[in-house]
Amino acid sequence: MPALLVVLLAALAALPYFAPYFYIFVATEILIMGLFAASFNLIFGYTGMLSFGHAAFFGMGAYACALLLLHFEVSLLTAILGAMLASTLLAAAIGFLSVRLGEVYFAMLTLAFGMMVYAVAHQWRSLTNGSDGITGFRLTEFGLGLDLQLFNPAVYYHVVLVVVVLASLVLYLITRSSFGLMLRAISENPERVAFCGVNERRHRLVAFIIAGLFAGLAGALFAPFNRVASPDMVHWTQSAEPVLMTILGGAGYFLGPFFGAAMFVLLETWITSFTEHWMLLLGIALALLVMFFRRGVLGTLLDKVTGR
Amino acid sequence: MQSFIAALLNSLDIAMLLFVIAVGLNIIFGVLNVINFAHGGLYMLGAYFTYMLVGRLGLPFWPALLLAPLAVAAVAVVLERLVLRRVYDRHVTDSLLLTFALLLIIDESVRMIWGSGIHVVRPPDLLRGNVSFLGVNYPVYSLFVILMGAAMLLALWALFTRTRLGRIVRAAAIDRDMAQTVGINVPLVITGVFAFGAWMAAVGGVIAAPMRAIDPGMGDKIIIESFIVVVIGGLGSFPGTLLGALVLGFIHGFGGRYLPEINLVLPYIGMALVLLWRPQGLMGRGAAA
Repeated sequence: MPALLVVLLAALAALPYFAPYFYIFVATEILIMGLFAASFNLIFGYTGMLSFGHAAFFGMGAYACALLLLHFEVSLLTAILGAMLASTLLAAAIGFLSVRLGEVYFAMLTLAFGMMVYAVAHQWRSLTNGSDGITGFRLTEFGLGLDLQLFNPAVYYHVVLVVVVLASLVLYLITRSSFGLMLRAISENPERVAFCGVNERRHRLVAFIIAGLFAGLAGALFAPFNRVASPDMVHWTQSAEPVLMTILGGAGYFLGPFFGAAMFVLLETWITSFTEHWMLLLGIALALLVMFFRRGVLGTLLDKVTGR
Repeated sequence: MQSFIAALLNSLDIAMLLFVIAVGLNIIFGVLNVINFAHGGLYMLGAYFTYMLVGRLGLPFWPALLLAPLAVAAVAVVLERLVLRRVYDRHVTDSLLLTFALLLIIDESVRMIWGSGIHVVRPPDLLRGNVSFLGVNYPVYSLFVILMGAAMLLALWALFTRTRLGRIVRAAAIDRDMAQTVGINVPLVITGVFAFGAWMAAVGGVIAAPMRAIDPGMGDKIIIESFIVVVIGGLGSFPGTLLGALVLGFIHGFGGRYLPEINLVLPYIGMALVLLWRPQGLMGRGAAA
């Protein structure tokens, strides 16, 4: 397994040298969406909380990054760090209100507060430029004194690859830490965890905030990639994407969401070339996966291999 | 003073429409223990079916009020039997995921069949025009919405407290296994309740059709509003739904008039305040689900 991962990473690093130009964009999007989905899975797969509003933090990251680049002309690294801070604060506020009750409430509240962020992005025209979104920001330098030509898609792809790999490593270590084990215990049996004297609500909140932080990072990488931060990135249909990616790949494995994101983005690229009703297929796929294929593609494959 | 009365009357018709829709959501939750994310989609189907019957086939409004909700209830029976039924014995997350998938499917199907444009349904002749009420001009149609809401409120209250059927549904809501043991056909009750909730959503959709724009975004808008209603009032509480609908109605009626710059976020602020003060909702029971 680790050997396979090293080969995969090497192939990803070398991708701009052998793949057609178009696939550099596809691969960049897969990496960003994979991180977005993996951050969602920290609360869904590991903690057992189903959020339908995760795009709020993704969008917050995208907007904060775009605004910092536009108005303050900071380096990309500074903009990303600022965006992560903004998403973290938003996640703390929404999380504080949403994790106190059971999961039916949680699903409802995350969707509702997510749409609140959407309403703000849409209405606060003087800041967010309404439905047009924020455009025209420039990528000058990366920061840390590195001389990178960020406008070159291959260079930006490599930046994204390094950031996503580092962030995923941190996320992975979190899931393997004692805190991560506690989250899994909470998803198995919250009453027993609470009975053991653990403040399970605080654990949930911290997990939610960490997930928001990494979703914000994904959003901050996405805005310069797309050259725009728009309200679509905060809409609930954007929140549906990490849900489907995670279910598609498999919520039970750390790499499941990345795998799901790859399949999702490739399918989307292919299918939207001949129909605009991609969302309908997305809904049908989600329903079928939940009904008949709950462990996802990677989950089912690995179950076969490990004999579970 | 007149502006105040106008805002008050405005709040009331919004509140009654919200009540009709949110109470269906709440009844489904009571028995299935699931929040139906596709509820707004079913409301939207009610409005689009009305558009088809009245706008395209040229039927009068009244038969549409009868037919469109029945058609939506039939759709709901199929969805419950074919889709939701399969995951009741699993964790509640799977049911939530499925209703969310239905939301995506209904939303995009509506876009595919009827396009992204806005459709309009004319109100029936009887309900056109304005009446003068305490010096305020008030649309007759809004008066009709308030009366319909009040009638449904009374009918529901009578149904659940005064009839055998109501007691059966309440029994199934309180303890499914026990209800099954004493001879209640619980799977049938579940299908019936889901269809009934969908019927209520569609009645809301028919009522809304002549006064609101019919477009593919109307379902999203109403489901968020219904969530806010049940969170404010308390999930699972019947009087709470009425109270929540009134609170949100007032927020819209008065907020739109006096605080137009922030009226879009006011409902969320109201919801956040209730969550801080009484997380289980104004009328919710202590240990919430």
